[in-house]
Amino acid sequence: MNAIVNTGDVSRKTVNASNLVYKYMRPEHLPTIWCPGCGNGIILRDVAQAIENLGLDRDKTVIVSGIGCSSRAAGYLDFNTIHTTHGRAIAFATGIKLARPELEVIVLTGDGDVSAIGGNHLIHAARRNIGLTVVVLNNSIYGMTGGQYSPTTPRHEFGTTAPYGNIDRPFDIAGLAFGAGASYAARGSAYHVTETISLIQEGIRHKGFSIIDVASICPTYYGRKNHKGDAVQMLEWQRDHAVTQEKAFHMSEEELRDKIIIGVLHQVQYPEFTYEYQMLINRLAKEREQYG
Amino acid sequence: MGKTVLMQGNEACVEGALAAGMRLYAGYPITPSTEIAELSALRLPQEGGKFIQMEDEIGSIACAIGASVAGVKSMTATSGPGFSLKQENLGYACLAEIPLVVVDVQRCGPSTGMPTSPSQGDVMMARWGTHGDHPIIALSPSSVRETYLLTVRAFNLSEKYRTPVILLMDEIIGHLREDVELPEASELTVEDRPTVLFPDPKRPPYKLRPGELVPRMAPFGSGQRYNITGLIHDEAGFPTNSNEVAGALMERIFQKLNDHLDDIVEYEESGLEDADTAIFCYGGTMRAAMTARDLAREKGLKVGIFRPVTIWPFPEQALLERSKKLRRILVAEHNGGQLLLEVQRIVKDNCEISFIGRMDGTVITPEEILAKLEEGQA
Repeated sequence: MNAIVNTGDVSRKTVNASNLVYKYMRPEHLPTIWCPGCGNGIILRDVAQAIENLGLDRDKTVIVSGIGCSSRAAGYLDFNTIHTTHGRAIAFATGIKLARPELEVIVLTGDGDVSAIGGNHLIHAARRNIGLTVVVLNNSIYGMTGGQYSPTTPRHEFGTTAPYGNIDRPFDIAGLAFGAGASYAARGSAYHVTETISLIQEGIRHKGFSIIDVASICPTYYGRKNHKGDAVQMLEWQRDHAVTQEKAFHMSEEELRDKIIIGVLHQVQYPEFTYEYQMLINRLAKEREQYG
Repeated sequence: MGKTVLMQGNEACVEGALAAGMRLYAGYPITPSTEIAELSALRLPQEGGKFIQMEDEIGSIACAIGASVAGVKSMTATSGPGFSLKQENLGYACLAEIPLVVVDVQRCGPSTGMPTSPSQGDVMMARWGTHGDHPIIALSPSSVRETYLLTVRAFNLSEKYRTPVILLMDEIIGHLREDVELPEASELTVEDRPTVLFPDPKRPPYKLRPGELVPRMAPFGSGQRYNITGLIHDEAGFPTNSNEVAGALMERIFQKLNDHLDDIVEYEESGLEDADTAIFCYGGTMRAAMTARDLAREKGLKVGIFRPVTIWPFPEQALLERSKKLRRILVAEHNGGQLLLEVQRIVKDNCEISFIGRMDGTVITPEEILAKLEEGQA
């Protein structure tokens, strides 16, 4: 392993990206279909790094994705991978996890996939506290279909279906999941690589439903439509507008208007669904033993 | 033979599913299929299996597909409105070749319709409900006992051919209670999907090997890592835009059923040896047809019954052969004439075709069928 940054803290350890490619990806399917400057590749790498840091068994790890730019990520990873239907990744993942709770199930999804068409599965998986780790590659736009506004497009910004500016109020996906009962909710960004790696790592390690909403960048559609500059400028914007959870606590709503709050929003220990179900099966077996 | 019990069709479906090895059920409450969910919730954890009430119909089928991918036999059940919602993921299971049983206890539609009333209005949706060309198997039971047996068969066919199988029930059979003699477990044949015995990272998951009916399917977590997608994919399981690959894949998933129609297609002919007239019926409609046939026989009419048990693929060859020996076929179904179209397409001018159907939520009576049989007899 070629460590380029090693602070001694496992969560901050990163290795040369090319090593991750050979270890965890399917090089024969690269390069990705993503546009130059897309943030998704950075987040895909963050996921691979988190898996590396945790030393997960690839054969016991399942990557589930939905539909959209984000969801092509699954196919590039050399795990048990399933690219499902639009919005349904969490529901498919629920079946995999319930069938085989010993598997580590990670969902890679996008803002449209998880909070528009798939919103119902998101809130109910959060409510159930089933042990999935959901990483949202949140670029605030429908990229695959050419730049329509999404549930996370800020007000007054533009998309091909918001030619006069978006009048919808955006979702805070991590906050939504938290409100629905997720026991771990965090937010990262494409710029904040080391922080995001450790947030994903924590999410995987967490027993219960965890979601890491990662702000991606889409220079091709979102950036171009909204004059956000090129990929580097969009990443710099993330750097300059990120505040930590602790700092945000002392800031006004007005001050937070154009900020991304990074970090763990919420974490609580609560019984995990598949564990609870196994306890139920065990109880019935015991009762049958006792009473016939 | 096992013990005789009184049960309804929906209950027989669950017991059949358990006997076939179902260990996960994902569903959403809907009349008139709810008993299937209720009994699954009660019975599955007793057998070490899992039940989950999902947030909606789409999530239910998605969850069941996920479980199957992980190697656990799974089922979901619904009725018309829910069956409409499940169609997209049904197509996913067809293309990705995921074994799965989907039960539709048909009720009177369209839309919310008459939720507690019988119908057979989903017959064509079962064939063509999901978008795009696709192969499909649908089975239609006519009794409580047959519901048990066909549920086992639905699982067996889905595992053997790596395809979703629709158990197309109707409210009449779903809620019918009758005495049934259930077979002993030892009398049943239970098929399991062919799996990958020795994981090999170079193994193309969708490549058909010599002597194989379908590519072997490794459960997730077994050491054979591969990719599944609803996009048109190559033998390695990855998306492609190649027209040749797309054509070959489509041909293979159709051929896996079309080459084995003898195994898949079941139908019943009763009292047709000397008959000049056949009542064509299936599912719950069979019950009225049986009485109508007996009444007609008492009146000296030479009437028998032709009943498709496998609705899709349709028993085309058998019906064609039979039609050459008949003067008339009376199609009886609880819809406006859906399988009538198939009968007309296949029978053509071989014999006269007449029709009796209902779309008003009530049942066709034996007397109505008899009256239709007597028309033109003079």
